[in-house]
Amino acid sequence: MVMRKLQLPLSQTQKVRFERAIERLQSLSSTANSDASVIVTDSIPVNHEDAFLKGHGTSEVDGELLATVCGVVERVDKLVYVRTLRARYKPEVGDIVVGRVIEVSQKGWRVELNFTQDGVLMLSSMTLPDGIQRRRTSVDELNMRNIFVEDDVVCAEVRNLQHDGSLQLQARSQKYGKLEKGQLLKVDPYLVKRSKHHFHYIESLGIDLIIGCNGFIWVGEHVEVRDPMVIDDQKDDEMISSSTKNTGKEQSHIPPETRQSICRIGNAIRVLSNLGFTVTVEVIVETVNLSNSKNIDIHDMLGSEFHVVVAENEAERRRAKRKK
Amino acid sequence: MEYVNPEGLRLDGRRFNEMRQIVAEIGVVSKADGSAVFEMGNTKVIAAVYGPREIQNKSQKKNDHALVLCEYSMAHFSTGDRRRQKNDRRSTELSLVIRQTMEACISTELMPHSQIDIFLQVLQADGGTRSACINAATLALADAGIPMRDLAVSCSAGYLNSTPLLDLNYLEDSAGGADVTVGILPKLDKVTLLQMDAKLPMETFETVFALASEGCKAIAERIREVLLENTKQLEYRRGSA
Repeated sequence: MVMRKLQLPLSQTQKVRFERAIERLQSLSSTANSDASVIVTDSIPVNHEDAFLKGHGTSEVDGELLATVCGVVERVDKLVYVRTLRARYKPEVGDIVVGRVIEVSQKGWRVELNFTQDGVLMLSSMTLPDGIQRRRTSVDELNMRNIFVEDDVVCAEVRNLQHDGSLQLQARSQKYGKLEKGQLLKVDPYLVKRSKHHFHYIESLGIDLIIGCNGFIWVGEHVEVRDPMVIDDQKDDEMISSSTKNTGKEQSHIPPETRQSICRIGNAIRVLSNLGFTVTVEVIVETVNLSNSKNIDIHDMLGSEFHVVVAENEAERRRAKRKK
Repeated sequence: MEYVNPEGLRLDGRRFNEMRQIVAEIGVVSKADGSAVFEMGNTKVIAAVYGPREIQNKSQKKNDHALVLCEYSMAHFSTGDRRRQKNDRRSTELSLVIRQTMEACISTELMPHSQIDIFLQVLQADGGTRSACINAATLALADAGIPMRDLAVSCSAGYLNSTPLLDLNYLEDSAGGADVTVGILPKLDKVTLLQMDAKLPMETFETVFALASEGCKAIAERIREVLLENTKQLEYRRGSA
């Protein structure tokens, strides 16, 4: 998670370089946004003659709109809300999330998602490994541990958010489900942006990257997605036999190059998260390339020098982007 | 013993209405949702907040609001003489007091079925640990992005040598005079905590109480500066891109 003061031993020159990079970032951040930062009980200026809607993080006391959290004021039409920075994940329907199974219960799994409660992935709202659409029987319930057990990392979609705040998940496609052969990283959810794509395949390295909206990021070996809809019924037997072959393969080794790539990407994400920069695929890939071009070993990526280099690079990148 | 000399200076050289130096830092425990260190002179407290998260003891689950739990402890090395066992009566009482104060300012109704854990540890004790704990907890809660009605701030004041004194240190605290700890919600102008040991006449109490509230407001200003700086820092690092 974010270290406000970089807890790394910086040499004098590194300190100066780092401070300069941070100063440049500060000057680059749009000036209009800088005074939109509010903290608890700051009053938010609103035009009381126009109707306005008070959103998350606000409350009205004596006709004055007050912030209840620290963050940035956002205005969308009449809606006024405070976007929090460091806070737990706030789910929206359709979000792609990565989580860890913590309990196998009667009809579903409980999943840790960095939310105020555990998410629930019901057996009925996920495709079975055989890919057939049917009613879930008690036999399926007994076989739940064959699908996920405790401590498995899973990927799913937010199905709905109930009124009492509980969260339901679904995994109705082959692209969701159990994640294996990789690393799970946790960053603050405000560093992840919702976008059209959360599944990424970095072809040059053969790595899958899943950036969950809840700030859990999966870096793992690339797996081909098999879509059961495409497979004909006759091929069913074949598929089952191939899947048994796959389970045999699972014990096989992941090549060391892939492992190194996973670690390199993992460390790139750790550095970005330490510095509090937004985590997107472009930035991650750029950071990985930067470490390669500077010949920095994987274990040196978490050192002070690379942090400073990444900060300088980010300042440069944002400046270039702004010019465009 | 003379606690205020004829020039009006106290044992550590402060005037009657002077506070000790305040140092506050946010984000010191990387795994916690929110954390802070708060120093008032030689008193130093570290606070870590976890949550709102899934409730651990199912029987305590509340359907309409979040459960707030607080654990106060004093590090064995926090005072000159080595501290006794954990979970003594003083810690239990303080945990309860801090819990109630913080519960009053958190908008718990927004987070049903969940719990918020506040852990406080005194690293150095030199009087006024109660106030320092509340201030540290406020900072940590704000850092964790937990919705609050107001920032709870606290400060103590006492009465020695017929002078009201702000922010007592350990020597003044153990002098046996009255010690008033006040916790207020500065924006809503409400009192959430008021504790006093020993007795004071009504008029004197009022001046001491007023002095402590002034102290609270000064602390609130400092806390707001720290929080705003932290929020801005996070926002521009994240960038609008």
